[in-house]
Amino acid sequence: MKEFAYRRAADVAGAVALLDADPGARFLGGGTNLVDLMKAGVESPERLIDIRELPLDGIGRTEEGGLQIGATVTNSDLAAHPEVRRRYPALTQAVLAGASGQLRNMATVGGNLLQRTRCGYFTDITQPCNKREPGSGCPAVEGEHRNAAVLGASHHCVAVHPSDMGVALAAYDAVVSYQTAEGAGELALSDFYLPVGDTPHRETALPSGALITAVTLPPAPVRSRYRKVRERASYAFAIGSVAAALEVRDGVVREVRLAYGAVASRPWRARTAEAVLRGAPADAGSFAAAADAELAAASPLTGNAYKVTLLRNLTIAVLTELAELAEPAGPTGHDQEGSAR
Amino acid sequence: MTSTVPAVTAPVTAPPTALGTARTRVEGREKITGAARYTGDIPLTSLAHGSLVLSTIARGRIRAVDDAAVRAMPGVVAVLHHLNAPRVRGDYPSIMGMAPDPTVRAFQDDRVPHWGWPVALVVAETPEQARAGADALVVAYEAEPHDTDFSGERTDAFALDGVVPATLAKGDEEAELAASAVVVDASYTTPEEHHNPMEPHAATAYWQDGRLEVLDSNQGASWTAEDLAKAFELEPGTVRVRSEHVGGGFGSKSVRVHQIAAVMAATELQRPVRVAMTRRQMFSLAGYRSPTDQRVRLGADPDGRLRVLSHGSVSQTSSVYAFVEPAAAAGRVLYDAAAHRTSAQVVSLDVPTPTSMRAPGMAPGSFALESALDELAERCGLDPIELRLRNEPSAGPLSGLPFAGRNLRACFEEGARRFGWADRDPRPRVRRDGRWLLGTGTAAATFHAFAVPSTAAVTAWADGTFTVRIAAADIGTGARTALQIVAADALRVAPERVQVRIGDSEFGPAWLAGGSAGTSSWAWAITPAAGELRERLALGVDIPADGLTVRSDSTTALAGQEPAERHSYGAQFAEVAVDPGTGEVRVRRMLGMFAAGRIVNPLTARNQLVGGMVWGISMALHEEAVRDVRSGSLVGADLAGYHVASHADVAHIEADWVDDPMPGDPIGIKGVGEIGVVGAAAAIANAVRHATGVRHRRLPIRPDRVLCGESVDGGPAGESLERGLPGESPDA
Repeated sequence: MKEFAYRRAADVAGAVALLDADPGARFLGGGTNLVDLMKAGVESPERLIDIRELPLDGIGRTEEGGLQIGATVTNSDLAAHPEVRRRYPALTQAVLAGASGQLRNMATVGGNLLQRTRCGYFTDITQPCNKREPGSGCPAVEGEHRNAAVLGASHHCVAVHPSDMGVALAAYDAVVSYQTAEGAGELALSDFYLPVGDTPHRETALPSGALITAVTLPPAPVRSRYRKVRERASYAFAIGSVAAALEVRDGVVREVRLAYGAVASRPWRARTAEAVLRGAPADAGSFAAAADAELAAASPLTGNAYKVTLLRNLTIAVLTELAELAEPAGPTGHDQEGSAR
Repeated sequence: MTSTVPAVTAPVTAPPTALGTARTRVEGREKITGAARYTGDIPLTSLAHGSLVLSTIARGRIRAVDDAAVRAMPGVVAVLHHLNAPRVRGDYPSIMGMAPDPTVRAFQDDRVPHWGWPVALVVAETPEQARAGADALVVAYEAEPHDTDFSGERTDAFALDGVVPATLAKGDEEAELAASAVVVDASYTTPEEHHNPMEPHAATAYWQDGRLEVLDSNQGASWTAEDLAKAFELEPGTVRVRSEHVGGGFGSKSVRVHQIAAVMAATELQRPVRVAMTRRQMFSLAGYRSPTDQRVRLGADPDGRLRVLSHGSVSQTSSVYAFVEPAAAAGRVLYDAAAHRTSAQVVSLDVPTPTSMRAPGMAPGSFALESALDELAERCGLDPIELRLRNEPSAGPLSGLPFAGRNLRACFEEGARRFGWADRDPRPRVRRDGRWLLGTGTAAATFHAFAVPSTAAVTAWADGTFTVRIAAADIGTGARTALQIVAADALRVAPERVQVRIGDSEFGPAWLAGGSAGTSSWAWAITPAAGELRERLALGVDIPADGLTVRSDSTTALAGQEPAERHSYGAQFAEVAVDPGTGEVRVRRMLGMFAAGRIVNPLTARNQLVGGMVWGISMALHEEAVRDVRSGSLVGADLAGYHVASHADVAHIEADWVDDPMPGDPIGIKGVGEIGVVGAAAAIANAVRHATGVRHRRLPIRPDRVLCGESVDGGPAGESLERGLPGESPDA
């Protein structure tokens, strides 16, 4: 690890000013990814600006009935928050499906969105990697790519975004607020991550020097679920995951949100599938057709084609489960917890 | 006061008091409070730190090492490489006559035989400065084309003897096969697996009063000292190695580049130098289990009696060492057949050197053989346990020697009773629990049991306490506690009165913590010394101020052992749940019933056996090092990328044993360190077959493989009917 300087920021303006004055600096949240990457030599910032003391650790209701989550809220606090658990259960499930208790106590919401891929070529500085060293090549395309992307990738990079939290946030139409030296701004999560194209090293649309300050969730269907599949029962990144929210009335899909994890360079919002489902019968046939419509765009490599089957199966399983929950007593069944409908 | 007695095989004449009672580890409090100091924790005045630089090519030559800039970096005191490092020998016979690990010859020439080969050592005042220097060192290479592509189909595979002969055969395989009513012919593969103990390899070396002192984390202090003396051509006895606490070994903690580099630097700088491997470095410097590609052919009569047992295994070795993973050896013990052939071949590749990893040979070999037995049982319409019991041999299948205690039948019978095997519906894919398909499987286990000559000293003190000194190693097994029990019983005193000192080459030659033979070998030495001391004290001798010491050497006693087939046995049972929609496999419960000799300490023995079974879960479902054929390196060489079972993967595991004292052993010990791994992966794979109807012949059984219903990878026994089930939806 290269030697670095360390500063603790006292307020948002100060943090942004420190970074603005020092392009070689990086913000330090929980450090659960950045510090690992520094040890591996993948990241070598001149200075770390510690933002953990900033007053961005609150969770509160918005005027429109949604929820605003401060950027330095830890994963543990987010998952345990009563409003999150009650109204955005897929978010709690997603966060708890990730990492370990110790890591969740450190990791922050802002940092989670900005974490880097765990692709084994990216984290090994002796290997080529277009994301780490633009133009050096992508050995994963011909090499080990069992957990590579099947949607939205390019031959320049097939890495997947590793976040669980982000998949739920994508399903909930989250909006990311940030601050720069010039002022405040917002990005919908769907616009937050850039397409891979031939610039896999450019990952987000955040302006340079920006500090994520909050993530806002609009009201959303309460019936939601996150399910993650990984190669062991815990403490592993997803090989495929689904965040879904579903409202069914009289056997028909009224509202649906669907997002996939571990299939693309970003949490993948399955809007094609959603369009197929709205107004369709809430049954396995519709769910399969929706998944097939979404996954028609998949372009798997030889070693990760299983993901298409996995995501199809997961989509059907999770939506079926939600549909049964939504109408347990037949066509007039309704949400027992009260809801944001 | 000292005297030497030959070890004798006298049976224990009085009922032992501590043997077989559960005792917590004597150093347990130190370990859980952090007071126990491991090699890298021990402070030394003027200690310098060495950081290894590894090659980033898979084959070729070092063209230049540009060390000038690094020498000028803050804190850097030395940069060692092939142009300036002290000379060492790497051609000496190490333990059991084997050649030492080739990284002993690091920095001796410009050859790079594999990715991750040690090419330089940067020594600095602090570990951070050393690491920064190592990261900054520019090494120029002349790369040559490399070959790391392991496959059992390779035509350049060659037979290689290891600690056991490459090939043993009897009978006419083709004729017996033709006469067989039922035949199984299938290929099984296991991937490259790494031991990677929690405590990384580390060594600190310094010279004191003309003697080389080495603090090290190893599996045998006297072995390490002897090897270092040979490598540096020092007088025997001028090297002292201490290794008090060891955070796991599993076969990996032998003499490797870290001790060599530390001694080189300490000699050059005339100050203490510590060299520790990083986690990533361990993946190319600490050894690993070779991948295997195995073919098993079984031929049987309709009643399941074997006519043919043919098991061939191909593994890999490096271009600078001849190591063989003897995966076919399990069949030499477990089953007899008119035609019996077991063979081992290797392919030499540009890869790091494999080594013994917990249950070498037996772990991958039992996966293949015990999966094949399960396939045979199914084809014969026989219960898998009944098939095995029908094939119990009365003598060594190839040696003809009598078995020194063979209680496999008792393991299966008691295990089946506890596991509820009798209620099993043998039809595959009939039990469900929601989205999960349920299945159960079983497999046999065996591991050799032996003892190796060792020396020990037992001292009586005037205050009524005793000290045992033996160059044993406690690599986390509870050996120190077991030896306290052994000594206390031989002395007929309470264990609390006995202090056991281990991990110091000064205590004389002793077998290492390896081969599941540590406790047995050390007990062979301790028991007669303690017994002799007890008899002397019974005569009422005065104990001098420096104590009354009796030394022993078990060489003569062990040489007098009658030849026999000496092994431990076990029956492994597993219940799994498989989600066919996602490919997830969960082990719901396991039971291992073992016949593993007299159990010295049930607490730590169970810990060893359960730990081995957890290894079996990892082997069956998780462990796999992926080599990038293009670069020759590993992908994801860290504990985030290389998966072992997490706590959540380990549900209910029970390990227990049947009464099984080893005939001829003074205490009746066999060994428990490795047999827990053997057969465990096969039991799980057999349970997956029972749950899903799909036979997995390739480990690990990953979600993607389950999802694709993959049964075999290019082997000759493809069962296309079993390849089905792709894209099955979970609500099917």
